[in-house]
Amino acid sequence: MSITRPIATTRSATGIPTGKLAVWWVVGSEIVIFGGLLASYVMHRLGHPEWAEYASHTNTWFGGLNTFVLLTSSLFAVLAHYAAEHGDGKKAAKWLLGTCAGGLLFLGIKAVEWTGEIQHGYTITANGFWHFYYTAAGLHALHVIAGCIIMLIIANDARKGKELHRVELIGIYWHFVDIVWIFLFPLLYIAK
Amino acid sequence: MAEHQEHADDHGQAFYVKIWAILLVLLILSILGPIVAPHAEFGFLKAWMITLMTAFGIAVVKAYLVAANFMHLNIEKRYISYLLATMLMLMLLFFAGVAPDVMKHEGQNWENVAAEAEVERALKAEGAAAAHGEHAGEHPSNEH
Amino acid sequence: MAEAGTADTHGADAHDAAHGHHAQSFLSKYIFSTDHKMIAMQYMFTGIVMALIGGYMSYAFRMQLAFPGESVPGYGVVSQGEYNSLVTNHGTIMIFWVAMPMLIAAFGNYLIPLMIGADDMVFPRINRLSYQIFLISAIILVVSFFVPGGGFGGAWTAYPPLSASAEYNLTPLGATFWLVAVALEFVAFLLGGINFITTLMNARAPGMKMHDIPMVLWMIVIASILFMASVGPLIAGAVMLFMDQVVGTGYFDPDRGGDPILWQHLFWFFGHPEVYVVLLPAMGIVAEIICTFARKKLFNYKLILYTAFATGIISFFVWAHHQFVAGIDPRMANVFTITTLIISVPIAEMLFLYIATLYGGSIRLTTPMLWALSFIAEFLIGGITGIFLGASGSDIYFHDTYFVLAHFHYTFFPIAIIGFFAGITYWFPKMFGRMMDEKLGKIHFWGTIIAFNFIFIPLFILGAAGQHRRIYNFQNFPDLAGMQDLRVIATSALLVMLVFQVIFLFNFAYSLFKGKPAGKNPWKANTLEWTADSPPPHGNWPELPNCYRGPYEYSVPGREDDYWPQDVPPDTAPAE
Ligand code: HEM
Ligand SMILES: [Cu+2]
Repeated sequence: MSITRPIATTRSATGIPTGKLAVWWVVGSEIVIFGGLLASYVMHRLGHPEWAEYASHTNTWFGGLNTFVLLTSSLFAVLAHYAAEHGDGKKAAKWLLGTCAGGLLFLGIKAVEWTGEIQHGYTITANGFWHFYYTAAGLHALHVIAGCIIMLIIANDARKGKELHRVELIGIYWHFVDIVWIFLFPLLYIAK
Repeated sequence: MAEHQEHADDHGQAFYVKIWAILLVLLILSILGPIVAPHAEFGFLKAWMITLMTAFGIAVVKAYLVAANFMHLNIEKRYISYLLATMLMLMLLFFAGVAPDVMKHEGQNWENVAAEAEVERALKAEGAAAAHGEHAGEHPSNEH
Repeated sequence: MAEAGTADTHGADAHDAAHGHHAQSFLSKYIFSTDHKMIAMQYMFTGIVMALIGGYMSYAFRMQLAFPGESVPGYGVVSQGEYNSLVTNHGTIMIFWVAMPMLIAAFGNYLIPLMIGADDMVFPRINRLSYQIFLISAIILVVSFFVPGGGFGGAWTAYPPLSASAEYNLTPLGATFWLVAVALEFVAFLLGGINFITTLMNARAPGMKMHDIPMVLWMIVIASILFMASVGPLIAGAVMLFMDQVVGTGYFDPDRGGDPILWQHLFWFFGHPEVYVVLLPAMGIVAEIICTFARKKLFNYKLILYTAFATGIISFFVWAHHQFVAGIDPRMANVFTITTLIISVPIAEMLFLYIATLYGGSIRLTTPMLWALSFIAEFLIGGITGIFLGASGSDIYFHDTYFVLAHFHYTFFPIAIIGFFAGITYWFPKMFGRMMDEKLGKIHFWGTIIAFNFIFIPLFILGAAGQHRRIYNFQNFPDLAGMQDLRVIATSALLVMLVFQVIFLFNFAYSLFKGKPAGKNPWKANTLEWTADSPPPHGNWPELPNCYRGPYEYSVPGREDDYWPQDVPPDTAPAE
């Protein structure tokens, strides 16, 4: 079924294109989701001195490496946006694929890291810290996966020069996912 | 779209790479923070304060850099920033309202006995494990 | 963007060409439609079905309370566990699957594009997705009754540890189904909310300024924003509770370093704003109706708008008034008492402004107007009893009694039921092109309203006498066993009320086919939806309208007509 866009979609009374406006609202609603989880974590962490010991078993190097990967993928995303803005759909698609590869690498590193931890007995049920550790990072990983899938769809369109404005939209979402990790990193890995 | 073109010109690719490089330097600083901190104490500046700054201070700076330059919040309409800031403020409000009950284990005429017992039990278990010289975490301290 | 340009210049033709063949199959017209009006209908009919299910549940458990242990006709004997499941799911359904879809999603989807002069929502496919997720969530909830162990029975607030562990709630599957259904419903409304907000922000007709937007749209959008800003922590909480149920974590288990009070905070941080999420759209519907049938300008549009914003903001500061006896710190209870008492001020102010709108108007007591007026009267009782509960001292006595129950039914019933009936009787001619029967409408109105008061006033009395909520059989408690008469009155009134709903359903079905044709603007109202055909075709208008003035220009001195539609260009230039 083909759907032509309603005229409503083309209007822009606020001066922000509708798609972008929607992405900002998505980001806003995600802030409170992660915010609620992390606020709960922080108050438990501060109320439970014994968690410091539990937390000391996370591996800062894994976390740091993953931060590096995500930051770099964010750079790719913004370069894709730059290419799309200049009308170069092919290049934008390439950068998006690079971003997505970053996301997959992130997930791969995560998988290795978690496997090791679970083998050492640090499972999600071990104690409160590990509950939050897996839940927060897992929720974040789901966002990475979702972002990757959407990005592939957009890259496919961009390659043909279609819907180039969407490159920026997925970029905004991706940077947001990156920012969440920027906070998860010190919360879960550095604060010991 | 025209308006974007303009902005993009003063944000060339090199600019984005520069921001990325700054982010990496900050990342390294935040990893080094806890390692260097114990040696950098002086006066009132304790190791934990340094760690706090290198960990969370730097996270805030990094988040700002990404939001402003990669998400282009700095050239977006103002009210988007207000929207996002409002969401963050709500989380502060949530924390302020909840922490007195959940973070604290006692207050006016009340005491969270279960939580206190759990803290005590876990700290004791950790102490015992440390005394045995073994790696406390190898046997996660939870038997439930 | 090239596409966009074409659409703008040849709006009408491009549209006809695109949708000319839309009368295809049943499936694409009714089930997989992306048309905002069809999606609104889908939400509405799903909501009505869920309301009937929820009503049936209340019938079963009220019969149990009035005639404990006896077999309920049409249900059978209500066991203890079933009683809990019925009460829990009645509450959950009425709030999440009736109030939200009817008031926000159905009216929001239907009215937003029509009232701002657009041809559709800005994201039609996301809109459809939102409904589909909503439908799945509704199905999961209904299915949860038939899984082994039965439906969840831990109250609509789902406090742990009861909700977190099957050891306590005895519904290992029911509890998880319930949780998943609620979480999916949230996702559906997040998607829908983003659509509402961006549509109102971006897709307004040329010339429609901020203060030309009909109040009901403002209210629906403010409600969507409130929902979006408050639901996040509860989604996080739902993930945590899900982990507790399924994976075996101990987020809310005090023996393992968790904290059950945290759930209560996560829940009510959302839960209180949620009551305003459903209240505001109902207030908006009432505003539209009052202006039309009093033939008067809304008294102080801007003040009402700012008051609604203020209420929204303050609603984030009151949540812990649901937890006064949960062991929260008394110093925090003081703070939340004060904020709760503060929030009753703007709500009262809005009601005053509505009453001021009526003053000096030429009032026509049509069915929608009766519903709108009864909303003000009945909600007032709900709001005033809230003050008793908001004061932490008296709440220690009232908490978890039937007084609380009567309080929130005096708020939710006007919102969800009266608000819906007001809206549907008012917009029915637009939706289906025919008038509803006024006589049947009035019989239905009086029957419902009188029965409603006979249900809940006895419950106020019982609650004030100390009757606790969530008790299966009061005969087991010597202190509560008396006053059975009041329980029987309440239950009988419920039966009467349910019977009167048949009149509505009949009126609805009858008018759908046999009603008198409505024409474009049967009520002589100003807002843009009344300039489209009834029912509006796909795309709403052949040529999208422009907007020249505010929505409430009724009885303007010096004009022949007592109304002045928003799309009529000014007679001569200088008036503005
Ligand atoms: C806007 C419409 C309102 C709605 C829909 C509403 C809804 C509710 C609901 C559902 C509860 C029950 C909580 C439970 O399960 O125990 C409740 C309780 C309460 N309401 Fe309202 N309410 C409204 C207005 C107000 C107002 C205006 C006030 C105060 C001025 C208020 C104060 C309270 C308090 C303090 C409680 C807690 C009582 C207790 O659990 O002991 N409400 N309300
Ligand atoms: Cu409340």
